[in-house]
Amino acid sequence: MTFAHADLRRMYRTMLLIRRFEEQAVAFFLSGELRGSLHPCIGQEATAVGAVFPLRTDDYLTCTYRGHGQAIAKGLNPKEGMAELLGRRTGCSQGLGGSMHYTDLSVGLLGENAIVGAGAPIAVGAALRAKLDKTGQIAMSIFGDGAINQGALLEAFNLAAAWQAPVIFFCENNLYSEMTPISSMVGTATLAERAAGFGWTTMTVDGYDPIAVYETTSQAVEHARSGRGPVFIEAMTYRLFGHMVGDTEPYRSKEEVAQWRAKDPITAFPQRLIDEYGFNQAEIDAIKAEVEAEIEEIKRFALESPWPDVSEIAEHMFA
Amino acid sequence: MRELTYSKALREALTEEMARNPDILLLGEDIGVYGGVFKVTEGLLDRFGPERVIETPISEAGFVGASVGLAMTGKHPVVELMFMDFAYVAADSIFNQAAKMRYMSGGRAHVPLLIRTQQGGGRGNAAQHSQSLETFFTHIPGLKVVLPSTPYDAKGLLKSALRDPNPVVFIEHKLLYNTKGPVPEEEYFVPLGQADVKRTGKDATVVSWSRTVLHALEAAELAAREGIDVEVIDLRCTVPLDINTVLTSVKKTGRLVVAHEAHRRAGVGAEIASLVQERAFDYLDAPIERVGAMDIPIPYSKPLEDEALPGVQHIVRAIKRAAYA
Repeated sequence: MTFAHADLRRMYRTMLLIRRFEEQAVAFFLSGELRGSLHPCIGQEATAVGAVFPLRTDDYLTCTYRGHGQAIAKGLNPKEGMAELLGRRTGCSQGLGGSMHYTDLSVGLLGENAIVGAGAPIAVGAALRAKLDKTGQIAMSIFGDGAINQGALLEAFNLAAAWQAPVIFFCENNLYSEMTPISSMVGTATLAERAAGFGWTTMTVDGYDPIAVYETTSQAVEHARSGRGPVFIEAMTYRLFGHMVGDTEPYRSKEEVAQWRAKDPITAFPQRLIDEYGFNQAEIDAIKAEVEAEIEEIKRFALESPWPDVSEIAEHMFA
Repeated sequence: MRELTYSKALREALTEEMARNPDILLLGEDIGVYGGVFKVTEGLLDRFGPERVIETPISEAGFVGASVGLAMTGKHPVVELMFMDFAYVAADSIFNQAAKMRYMSGGRAHVPLLIRTQQGGGRGNAAQHSQSLETFFTHIPGLKVVLPSTPYDAKGLLKSALRDPNPVVFIEHKLLYNTKGPVPEEEYFVPLGQADVKRTGKDATVVSWSRTVLHALEAAELAAREGIDVEVIDLRCTVPLDINTVLTSVKKTGRLVVAHEAHRRAGVGAEIASLVQERAFDYLDAPIERVGAMDIPIPYSKPLEDEALPGVQHIVRAIKRAAYA
């Protein structure tokens, strides 16, 4: 696959924006401005961008509570995302949902989900709708390795196969089912082997390589959009942060984390852009400066945004 | 007026609304060729085709979840849960997804989803096929809950429910499908959240819904022989709850019995009793009586099931307790 310079720039810029967005969210959590729980996708930016960029804006996406990056890649306004984390009226859910429920139908985002595996059946329904109405849209559900043992996910796999729904199931295998190694929770060496029995196409990709993720997902998109049925992708990745802020991480060694950190796509990818794709350091520095300015603006917007009015507390119960 | 069975009235509502709105589609187990185990969807596959009448695997969590996705993207799915008892299998899709999606997205997501199911005992289906579970759906915010007792209400409420842009749980009763009643030829609607006075009276009020309304009407006839003039209110929906019709009646009669087939403990009857004592305490001349199923799994054997479920005599006794208190 050949990539235009501008597309590669956008990929790196978005990955960096996601990293800095998540770091800012962690800072807000630690300063007490962000409530509840926060599950940063730090380390998983390459899958967010590589999986979501091949989609059209009107394609559908469901993701998980580790989905800020995917939502931003899909087109969610990061200012609205950060304001939501601070519980403000200007947040994407007007402060009613918080970190785990980003939703924006205008960019096809059918929601993060706080229930492991629950987004998958929703994506199948969206894909079925696209198939019935012959709209040419597809749906993608992104979930982690831990979801592979949830009934709803496995039911969604079968429904998609039975209905030949145009849906991509994108599994970010970051090796840990929350705080437990996934290898101790399944009987197969890979999750693609688990998925293979549903009677569809499965693919595996290096989730730390945004180019490879983009290329593999593009094949899957072509497959699903051309009416050849659902696709399962297993992307091998790693979170460089804990499961959530406050995770004491007794389940993995500092050495293991250091090995993955050495391959961190946020540093490896710009170097590759310079080495292989004709970028120079000045361009990379310019992108970094742009992102820093944008993060400052996002932060300012969120902090200056008004709180919701308690008189609106039940306004969105029913249409 | 012509008479229709409850199931034919339901089928008419589905047929009319599907003909009118191409976004309505049906999903469920054995609802196509077989017509559903209670035959409510019989003939709809032939009329509307397999893209509108979609047979699903036995996979409630999956297909209710998929229906949420269909609803969020522009369809109006009508999903049939063969037995209410299977709602537990789909609980996350119903309670965490359908019920909350609109609220937690700040109104950005819409979920026009109708879940049709049937509940209740009296047929020896035992503990996992005889439950009445409206309490769950009433308790969790975000769902409308409809429980028709007559063919007329079944059709009119289903038509209203199919024009409602929110998740609606439409609860039929397995022993009502073959009951008959007047259903007009011309189109009509019964609005959600409006109780119906099925019998007027001045001495005591019985509030009920679903099949228990039929028991309440019979009980009222028996009480009348003893000189107690009973008003019977069919609540028809537990969400939205029309408490005003109940309060108006209680202010007239001063005595209240709430009767439902769901378990008595923490049932919707407890909610109604609480609301009435909060808002009409001074009008009450007797303690509020509650009639409901015993707080045990529904037994199989006929004499045991008859004892566990509330029948006409249970309601008569409650009316007398209230009237003679």
